[in-house]
Amino acid sequence: MALSLCNLVSRNSLAPLPIGRLLLSTRGLQTFSLPDLPYDYGALEPTISGEIMMLHHQKHHQTYVTNYNKALEQLDDAMNRGDPSTVVKLQSALKFNGGGHINHSIFWKNLAPVNEGGGEPPRGSLGWAIDTDFGSLESLKQKMNAEGAALQGSGWVWLGVDKELKRLVVETTANQDPLVTKGPSLVPLIGLDVWEHAYYLQYKNVKPDYLNNIWKVINWKYASNVYEKESA
Amino acid sequence: MAAGSTAINFSTPCALFPCQPLSLGFSRSSFHRHQAAKNQNALEPHMSQETLSYHWGKHHRGYVENLNKQITGTELDGMLLEDIIFLTYNRGDILPPFNNAAQIWNHEFFWESMKPDGGGKPTGDLLELIKRDFGSIDTFMEEFRAAASTQFGSGWAWLAYKANRLDVGNAVNPSPADEDKKLVVVKSPNAVNPLVWDYYPLLVIDVWEHAYILDFEARRADYISIFMEKLVSWEAVGSRLEMAKAQAAERESEERRRQEEEEKNAGDAEAVEMYLDSNSDEPEAD
Repeated sequence: MALSLCNLVSRNSLAPLPIGRLLLSTRGLQTFSLPDLPYDYGALEPTISGEIMMLHHQKHHQTYVTNYNKALEQLDDAMNRGDPSTVVKLQSALKFNGGGHINHSIFWKNLAPVNEGGGEPPRGSLGWAIDTDFGSLESLKQKMNAEGAALQGSGWVWLGVDKELKRLVVETTANQDPLVTKGPSLVPLIGLDVWEHAYYLQYKNVKPDYLNNIWKVINWKYASNVYEKESA
Repeated sequence: MAAGSTAINFSTPCALFPCQPLSLGFSRSSFHRHQAAKNQNALEPHMSQETLSYHWGKHHRGYVENLNKQITGTELDGMLLEDIIFLTYNRGDILPPFNNAAQIWNHEFFWESMKPDGGGKPTGDLLELIKRDFGSIDTFMEEFRAAASTQFGSGWAWLAYKANRLDVGNAVNPSPADEDKKLVVVKSPNAVNPLVWDYYPLLVIDVWEHAYILDFEARRADYISIFMEKLVSWEAVGSRLEMAKAQAAERESEERRRQEEEEKNAGDAEAVEMYLDSNSDEPEAD
């Protein structure tokens, strides 16, 4: 069928070829899988319960991955068939599920058990940048906590770096929108998941308690690495 | 509601004890329920006491307390809740009190949409309209479930009565007919509800995670099924439909009356002289 033809032929120029739009790139469809956590489910206790970590990873994140792959397959099929209305219709499922996969993949790296550096304040260039742009680490935490508490519905609070303006930013996104939807030059450093599934089983409706506590397991080493790479 | 009245009362939901749904219509002037809730386990085992204690006791109560804080001493103080919702929705450019006001309304409506030993099937006029507008009960249920499952993030899924009215200053549907008024399934994000689209809500399911996470964890589909099979109060939906139809009829007769009056006034006025542009007869091309 058209798909197997695609795998045989490589197309380097944009000039139209006789077979018309049946020819596409040789890349097969790449699908995604759930990344492993770098620590046990219970390793973030008592800040985040093992029960939440397991459900969050195995159910929620896995569902985003599964549905993202499904949407990608449907997109691939629609593109091959030249079906623009299906392509457009799939955009919200791609954004939601793809965003969910992107955001949660970052989130697991944003967290670390206390005995592996979770909660240790950032040193080096990120530490200085925080002091410069926010006054102090405490001030940054308060700002992010306030944004998180005020966020209506589901979403994320981000510490990001604007790689064009060379400046740290605090932003929120709704639902599973990745940080880049707030600005193409924004790179996420720390994301706080404020969907209810991230805290409710343990903190119930008291979102501010969750936000106050999560800093105890934030992995600033990862954030510093990303920041240094983007600032290089 | 008394003018200049005070805070919005935190009412106890109807579903927690046997009662008649009170003044469910838009013009309801009171969202007080003066009865005390007997117990929060009235919807067990389908919706747990624990869920009710947080959902009603913390979330719903919190919206009431927060709205009162926001509106005390302002022009919104003393207004009907529905009017606060319209005003603060602000055609989509949402003002801060909207989230609290709409969530109060939404949660009241949600509790009233359920009852112990709920479920079963709709009957009477409601059943007829469902069959007319969806084809069958099963198709309607499918569409409702789908809306509830695919509301990304927080929000609500609704069955609503949509009267086909033109939303232009002086235009009316020239020949309003019953067929123009339809049942529709819609979903809405966060606090938004169909009041802002001028629909008449008939049924709602809350799909914010806090509504089902304690009882169902991530399994929203199971929660939706249980809601449809064991909790929904078709009596409440049916009586709301009657009120929706009555309101639509009343609006139509008001519009007819206004139209008749305008025509009458136009006939009474002196004829207006019309002046033609003196160049109007010349050809446009040079």
